[in-house]
Amino acid sequence: MNIQYSPKDFKSPQLVRWCPGCGDHAVLNCLHKAMAEIGVAPHNTAVISGIGCSSRLPYYMNTYGFHTIHGRGAAIATGVKVANPELSVWLSTGDGDSLAIGGNHFIHAVRRNVDINIILMNNKIYGLTKGQYSPTSDRGFVCKSSPYGTVEDPFRPAELTIGARGRFFARAIDVDLKNTPDIMVAAAKHKGTSVIEVLLNCVIFNDGIYDNIVSKEFRAEKTIMLRHGEKMIFGENDDKGIVLEGFTLKAVTIGQNGYTLNDVLVHDAHAIDPTLHLKLALMDGENFPVALGVIRDVEAEVYDVEVEKQIAEVQAKNPARTLKDFLMQGEVWEVK
Amino acid sequence: MTNETKVKELGTVSIRFSGDSGDGMQLAGNIFSNLSAVLGNEIITFPDFPAEIRAPHGTLSGVSGFQVNVGSKKVHTPGDKTDVLVAMNPAALKVNAGFLNSDSVVIIDSDSYTQKDLEKALFQTEDPFKELGLNSVQVVAAPITTMCKDCLADLGDNKQALRSRNIFALGLVCWLFNRPVDVAEHMLKEKFGKKPAVLDANLRVLNAGFNYGHNIHATVSTYRIETTPSEKGFYTDINGNKAVAYGLIAAAEKAGLQLFLGSYPITPATDIMQELAARKELGVKVVQAEDEIAGICTAIGASFAGSLAATNTSGPGLALKSEAIGLAVMAELPLVVVDVQRSGPSTGMPTKSEQTDLMQALYGRNGESPAVVMSAISPTDCFDAAYWASKLALEHMTPVILLTDGYLANGSSAWRIPDLEKYPEIKPNYVPKGLENWKPYLRDPETKVRYWAVPGTEGFTHRIGGLEKDFTTSIISTNPENHQLMVDTRQAKIDKIADFIPEQEVLGDKDADTIVIGWGGTYGHLCEAIENVQAAGKKVALAHFRFINPLPKNTEEILSKYKKAIVIEQNNGQFANFLRSKIHGFDPYQFNRVKGQPFMVARLVEEIEKIMISD
Repeated sequence: MNIQYSPKDFKSPQLVRWCPGCGDHAVLNCLHKAMAEIGVAPHNTAVISGIGCSSRLPYYMNTYGFHTIHGRGAAIATGVKVANPELSVWLSTGDGDSLAIGGNHFIHAVRRNVDINIILMNNKIYGLTKGQYSPTSDRGFVCKSSPYGTVEDPFRPAELTIGARGRFFARAIDVDLKNTPDIMVAAAKHKGTSVIEVLLNCVIFNDGIYDNIVSKEFRAEKTIMLRHGEKMIFGENDDKGIVLEGFTLKAVTIGQNGYTLNDVLVHDAHAIDPTLHLKLALMDGENFPVALGVIRDVEAEVYDVEVEKQIAEVQAKNPARTLKDFLMQGEVWEVK
Repeated sequence: MTNETKVKELGTVSIRFSGDSGDGMQLAGNIFSNLSAVLGNEIITFPDFPAEIRAPHGTLSGVSGFQVNVGSKKVHTPGDKTDVLVAMNPAALKVNAGFLNSDSVVIIDSDSYTQKDLEKALFQTEDPFKELGLNSVQVVAAPITTMCKDCLADLGDNKQALRSRNIFALGLVCWLFNRPVDVAEHMLKEKFGKKPAVLDANLRVLNAGFNYGHNIHATVSTYRIETTPSEKGFYTDINGNKAVAYGLIAAAEKAGLQLFLGSYPITPATDIMQELAARKELGVKVVQAEDEIAGICTAIGASFAGSLAATNTSGPGLALKSEAIGLAVMAELPLVVVDVQRSGPSTGMPTKSEQTDLMQALYGRNGESPAVVMSAISPTDCFDAAYWASKLALEHMTPVILLTDGYLANGSSAWRIPDLEKYPEIKPNYVPKGLENWKPYLRDPETKVRYWAVPGTEGFTHRIGGLEKDFTTSIISTNPENHQLMVDTRQAKIDKIADFIPEQEVLGDKDADTIVIGWGGTYGHLCEAIENVQAAGKKVALAHFRFINPLPKNTEEILSKYKKAIVIEQNNGQFANFLRSKIHGFDPYQFNRVKGQPFMVARLVEEIEKIMISD
């Protein structure tokens, strides 16, 4: 029997305590919506988090939830999923939690391809400790811990994910209540680690960081929603597209300089070769629109499934099921 | 000439196989101890190897040793001294000279005692025995390399001949001890069954070694060790690390749970992971994580998801895991953390053993963070200790830190395969049926243990985590009164466990004036030490602790009975100080050594007797 869930089935009664206007609220609402659509029962869903503003999210979910320690959410979520693959396991995390203190766990979860869904809320700032630069802050970023600007380059989450052999990478924006739930649903459907980078605004310490990309005024020209099997078209009038020239992407206006609709790339999220996915994911909003939607979605062996498969294979060959069975198969001698 | 071979009948004999770390000494030692166990002897083994996998050939740093004590009565230790030393090269002789008795038998490969070999071992003269002052030892100088080559000449494989030297030595030792070669043959078949050529070479060399001993009529002592019947049942040879792995499996089986291990390789704890990774037929899940922190964190995740979860490590890894142990304390989740202690601080001496992590296990976390701390006292006891650690974790919803050590981990002895029916039940503290107003931190009013609701169970969705929670509502709270209450409750929960563990036993003379106190892996040495003191006609008692936090209920009552107490441990007094902090007015004598080597029983006896006669 299929039960129809509604977003409120996934809402916990606890008072939400993020700052008013924080992008986390939007992510939470989108997740409630997405989970209702995914249709896994709240009691079969586990939301894990580390530390940071984004990591408060499990408290606001009417699922099983575990708010853990800084950076370790990916490892803990891995343990949850491997122990019980029946559960739908989510990780709610941020740029500091996953890419600084938890960088190692993040890349290894992605590499192993354990079936967890990672929502990486990237506001390019440490919010809970009140405004220090994060590993995604742009070079030169001025804040309390870099009063003269940072002298280091940021991580780009897509690059890190793909570098760690990521099979699913999507990007969403906090204010896009229409598309973000769909992206979350796609992440849940993907078997293996899914990473959704949410470009998210911190109203207190980094307000407006994505304004020139995501605000209503610029969004059509500065972003492109990628959909598998569809042409890469964007712009206020859907008159712009992404083409490939040699090894280089180019944003062009259809009908100008000899470019036609036929030249525009068709998005293949399932391509095993990540080269084009990486190029698309790194489009920066300057000369290119920022790519949104599911950028990469490739099938591969899933860690937790393989763990159980191996057990089943060994069990098919070896009848021992108790410690005693096993020990008696080994080198033993009897004292009578 | 056979008549010149003296036959010594001994209660216990200690044999040390020693050579380069690539010479296969561990294998030769292992086979010899196993065959002795099969023949009905008590055995205790002690492998002593360098941290380098293959140190430069023939050098002092590359010497690897395997000592086994074989006896007809209860054997407690691998032996202070060695009665028979196999020294495959001069470096092995030099490193082990201190373990020899004046009349020990030393078997050497005379082919590897050339000028060059002596120089590598930093000998100044051509007579290493004289230089080391070993004037009365009985030397069997056998050209082992030459004989292995001759024996396998038809193979035309010099490498195989060199690789078989250890088995030649094994054959020779079998002769020395009147051990039937066929039992060794059987064990080689088990080991090399899948490589017929290697097996054939080893069998030939084994017999050549045995026959060599027989034919030269060496004028050295040979030994006969009486065998005594043990308790009926099936036996196998087990080391401490395997015993931990099996104890965890047994506990999972008893509790009806899946066993999960999250781990990261670290000497000397890795074998636990490897054993469990191989136990897929028993459904064990092992994640070799990206680091120590992920090792414990995957385990905490698995525990949250309802498994019996464990992680294993050694001192440096325990340091890395401390924040996560705090999370398990706060989230009140069952978790077994096995710390196979090694010499520290920092990287220290990874292959050497110590008891220096006790304070780290007890207190090495932020906040008031009580956890159960217990220890294993012998290689075979590692099984029971891991079983108990799991039981306490699951029934009391707490991390349990189990301290073993490198000596226990690699030491082995014969182990009777246990009847699990006779082990106590393990009943995880699940939410009881019909419980009203359940909240995630609602507790059993008596034990203070919170009830466990496992994800996947309908009606019990909840959120837990590292933030302080309200005692009643289980919602995040920073209320000062509530925090005090929760701190006290978490402590009371651990203290209460004293009601659920066995009382402390006293061995030896309960009416003595002096009690020796120890914990963990030094049990065998302390037992033998007090037996020796008693044999000299003096009364002495021994309290050897397995459970440390909480201490057994009768601890204060026991310790206050004696005029003198001596705490003996391989650290600078960590347990002694813990006892001082727990028992008002208790101020014991201490004997502490931190050398990375097991105690010498003779030294312990001397120290105990000295304190006994002091004012």
